[in-house]
Amino acid sequence: MRLPRDLHPVAWWAWAVGLAVAASCTTNPILLLVLLGVVALVVVSCRSDQPWARSFRLYLWLGAVVLVVRILFRILLGGDVPGHVLFTLPEIPLPRFAAGISLLGAFTREELLAATYEGLRLATLLIAVGGANALANPKRLMKSLPPALYEIGTAMTVAISVVPQLADSARRVRAAQQLRGGPEGRFRRIRGVRRLLVPILEDSFDRSLALAAGMDARGYGRTGELTAAQRRSTGGLIIAGLLGVCVGVYAFLDSSAPRILALPMLVLGMATALVGFALAGRRVGRTRYRPDRWQLPEILVAASGIAAGAGMWAVQRWEPLVAHPGVLVAPGVSLFAVAAALVAVLPVWVAPLPLTVQRREAVLAS
Amino acid sequence: MMELREITFRYDGDPVLDRIDLTIDNGELVVLAGPTGVGKSTLLGVVAGLVPSYTGGTLTGDVLLDGVSVVHKPARERAHAVGYVGQNPAAWFVTDTVEEELAFGMEQLGLPAPTMRRRVEETLDLLGIADLRDRDLRTLSGGQQQRVAIGAVLTAHPRLLVLDEPTSALDPTAAEDVLATLTRLVHDLGVSVLVAEHRLERVVPFADRLCLLNGDGTIDVGDPADVLRDAPIAPPIVELGRLAGWYPLPLTVRDARRKAPALRERLGEPPAPTAPAGRGDALVDVRRLVVAHGRTPALRGVDLTLRPGTVTALMGRNGAGKSTLLWALQGRHAPTGGNVQVGGRAPSSLKPEQRRATTGLVPQSPADLLYLETVAEECAAADASARQAPGTCAGLLERLAPGIDPDRHPRDLSEGQRLALAVAIVLTARPPVLLLDEPTRGLDYPAKHALAGLLRDLAADPEQPRAVLVATHDVEFVAQAADELVVLAEGEIVSAGPVAQGVAESPAFAPQVTKVLGPGWLSVDAVADALTREAAR
Repeated sequence: MRLPRDLHPVAWWAWAVGLAVAASCTTNPILLLVLLGVVALVVVSCRSDQPWARSFRLYLWLGAVVLVVRILFRILLGGDVPGHVLFTLPEIPLPRFAAGISLLGAFTREELLAATYEGLRLATLLIAVGGANALANPKRLMKSLPPALYEIGTAMTVAISVVPQLADSARRVRAAQQLRGGPEGRFRRIRGVRRLLVPILEDSFDRSLALAAGMDARGYGRTGELTAAQRRSTGGLIIAGLLGVCVGVYAFLDSSAPRILALPMLVLGMATALVGFALAGRRVGRTRYRPDRWQLPEILVAASGIAAGAGMWAVQRWEPLVAHPGVLVAPGVSLFAVAAALVAVLPVWVAPLPLTVQRREAVLAS
Repeated sequence: MMELREITFRYDGDPVLDRIDLTIDNGELVVLAGPTGVGKSTLLGVVAGLVPSYTGGTLTGDVLLDGVSVVHKPARERAHAVGYVGQNPAAWFVTDTVEEELAFGMEQLGLPAPTMRRRVEETLDLLGIADLRDRDLRTLSGGQQQRVAIGAVLTAHPRLLVLDEPTSALDPTAAEDVLATLTRLVHDLGVSVLVAEHRLERVVPFADRLCLLNGDGTIDVGDPADVLRDAPIAPPIVELGRLAGWYPLPLTVRDARRKAPALRERLGEPPAPTAPAGRGDALVDVRRLVVAHGRTPALRGVDLTLRPGTVTALMGRNGAGKSTLLWALQGRHAPTGGNVQVGGRAPSSLKPEQRRATTGLVPQSPADLLYLETVAEECAAADASARQAPGTCAGLLERLAPGIDPDRHPRDLSEGQRLALAVAIVLTARPPVLLLDEPTRGLDYPAKHALAGLLRDLAADPEQPRAVLVATHDVEFVAQAADELVVLAEGEIVSAGPVAQGVAESPAFAPQVTKVLGPGWLSVDAVADALTREAAR
């Protein structure tokens, strides 16, 4: 029996990143559509009724916009590609230094297909990320940060919850200000802004101060037995490590940089930062209430996403014609490629049932 | 266990707290009382460690926790021993569900996970909020929020619980719940409690000791009955006891009732209910009003009539639809069904400036109305926008709260003064209907008494009789101020009629004087009048 509960947010993110990798490995529209279908199916069947779960539709719209923009840009900037002309727009002549760029002009079927494929790939990638956003509880994700980052995580959680509070207080002040007349004459609008801003800002300052005092009174930021020297040394380790990682990443991507700065620096930086995190984490005198644990469903969900990513990478490597069919022939698929895309649908069966108000009430009623 | 020694605190000039010594023993409930603005919150902050780090100012003296000085330790390092619940619990919530909020403090203290799980369950049961565990904190009612806030500090098993006006925003029943919870903690768990409270009539019966903070920064500590004998602030029952010369002063209704027969004989018959003061036609006429927020109805079929010259009190638990009714009369909430007529017109169809000329509404937090730097500027802006002669608003303010320095910043005013300023601004447009949403929050007894007199004056103004509707939780205030009482529950009117009749019918809404002397007697003033008349005879 699958008990309703929240899946570990990191598992959902691993699944989604796997799918995003899969999408970025192919321009085959059939495979991309299969991936899109997988994401949509999993989101619809596994999401809860929390506010963030409703964000998926937003990502679908974003994907559609990306696709359309991509095609429009191709119409605007394309041209000069031989093929079946669909329609011709008057070409805008450009000065000689802009050679190679043509505005408008003939638009071919090949261009349309290429733009659609690429747009679809980008849209699938975005929608996969959107899927993770809709499925994973963002607050629990913050809570899964390593203990050394706990304070930052809490600060971010608080920051998230401030937005609806700000909206509440804006609504209240707006209503209240209608109870008295505003300034009149010219610049009425501009001076009216002040009527709203002053009380809202005062209110949010008061709230922030109250919240800070409240968190302090409840022990937030207790240092316990930690000495200042210890805190400085762990902080130094973490910062040095992160700097090392930055340099390493830069050198890794810039092929003209000395190789000694690339991989070795990256590894060294990562190791230093990890040591710093581990030290900081060990000294933190804090615990977690009901931490999310990795259980079989978490492993299966994450593995299914990663398998899809790895599979699609393999398709790209060994079956390049399936991964990138080009625009001249009808795209084909292989059994392996479809299987690689479909494996990510596994969460529909293995993920625990999402927690909804209805299910909670059913538990209370029984 | 907690000891304050020679605590002195000052911002610049005069000390707010002056050489205060106070000891709180294990399992003791100490009530901190005093007029508004004498530094009750400051003293609580000193105990919790939030003063002076969050307020500024200088603190001298020593705070001892089990004999160890903690005066230089910040609040977070005292969190294991002192649990602090601030004035507005909603502003203190860190997480967003009840369960996580209860666990937050324990996470900071680094308790092992099984302990946390057990304590959360125990606390949910102790406070009777187990069915709320997954609820979003912002959707809870005031009483529920307050109990969650108490629970959130209780889970850390503090030995001293410090509460700043825990019941000031609650309806009578929810307040009783919270106070009952506190007494249970004291009795069952041996927690010490230090609580600041304005409405003493609720907490004094439970208090072991009363700590009265005087305006000059000194305190009187002792048995509640002794301290209250000549305190400037006193609940109605104490005032009644002083009038009747009872000694020792009764602090509970039960004790007072035992002494009441003699007084009742002296008083004779209760004064005949004054003839309905309402003159003329109804100013506000509401018929079968339905207002819905989205799909949830907030008001279902409300009938209400307000006449000029009457003060009507609107009571009901948190979320019963009181604010919605006020805003519907103002015109912001358009009726979903039924009919609202204010001065013969439907307010929701009026333009904003027409609304302001028909109804004046003072919202729950008057500070939302204010946005300028000085009182004088606020008044001038109000005159200009209402197209009244300059000085109208300032004149009103002088009548409502004499002696406010016009150069002061509105935020530096006391709660009562700020409320008076908001009322003056709203009345500048000369609306015949005045609506107030919970104006008694944070007011002490003298301020509430003054407000009650003020509302009666405004209603019976010979130049312009007004209809006044005031939403409140404070039964004692209703007894002083109102002619009529309307009780709302779940968006429906439960009872409507003269105050004397309304409070006689329901014990929950009865003021203390009625509880002691029986129906007919509403306020200490009425008893005092009867006594002077009797003495004259």
